[in-house]
Amino acid sequence: MTQTTEKSQVSRRDILKIAGVGAVTVGAVALTGKAQAKPEDVTAYFKKVGGDAANASKVTVDGPEIAENGNTVPIEITVDSPQTENDYVKTIFVAAEGNPTPEVVTFNLTPNSGVARVKFRMRLAATQKVRAVAMMNDGSTFTGDKEIKVTIGGCGG
Amino acid sequence: MSKAPKPRVKSPKTAAKGDVVTIKTTISHQMESGLRKGKDGKLIPRQIINKFEALFNGKQIMSATLYPSISANPYIDFDMKVEEAGEFEFKWFDDNGEVYTKKAKMQLEG
Repeated sequence: MTQTTEKSQVSRRDILKIAGVGAVTVGAVALTGKAQAKPEDVTAYFKKVGGDAANASKVTVDGPEIAENGNTVPIEITVDSPQTENDYVKTIFVAAEGNPTPEVVTFNLTPNSGVARVKFRMRLAATQKVRAVAMMNDGSTFTGDKEIKVTIGGCGG
Repeated sequence: MSKAPKPRVKSPKTAAKGDVVTIKTTISHQMESGLRKGKDGKLIPRQIINKFEALFNGKQIMSATLYPSISANPYIDFDMKVEEAGEFEFKWFDDNGEVYTKKAKMQLEG
């Protein structure tokens, strides 16, 4: 019984091989520009969520100037807000201009957050701009972005 | 990936009232984007953590909707304003319907 199940399992080495091949192929696809979002797609996405007329201030997108590996790029987003009951950042939309899909992550914050700051790690398929829109509780929107150079594309964006 | 996703959280054990504390969270998860091809040339179906929630004493601090652009082993770090002692609860929602949870207690200083 146990033997049969073990046979059907893929060895650790196999998994690494698959992962490696996958990374290379997807990387190549990303470089040729196939299956990539365009800056317009990000604009369309922000329009859909209601942040197209955002004021370019208050939002800081921080990350490395050059990401050696696009698989895990640390990004920190800070919005200048007191984050109190009457004045707080409700939502932060993050989108990438050069990944297969524009959406990256959406954060819903509350006054309990204390400050409007989030940090996460994302995949970047190629050198591109990471953009963020912050929506305040009163509906006003602010935006910020950061261009990040990528040496090796992140697998599958 | 054969291993079950394992959530890990770094949150303060004690804090003073009024402080803003940082909470760091991560979960081991392959975050399969649904765009990669397997050995057989077919697309590997998407399986990611699609949602994350952080609560304190049942009140939501923040939540996040994740997309395939988020790295494997998703790491999220955020803040909370301390009002009272209590318990954090973190929830990760998997595409396969599973929910992984982790709890951590925090006491007030002094």
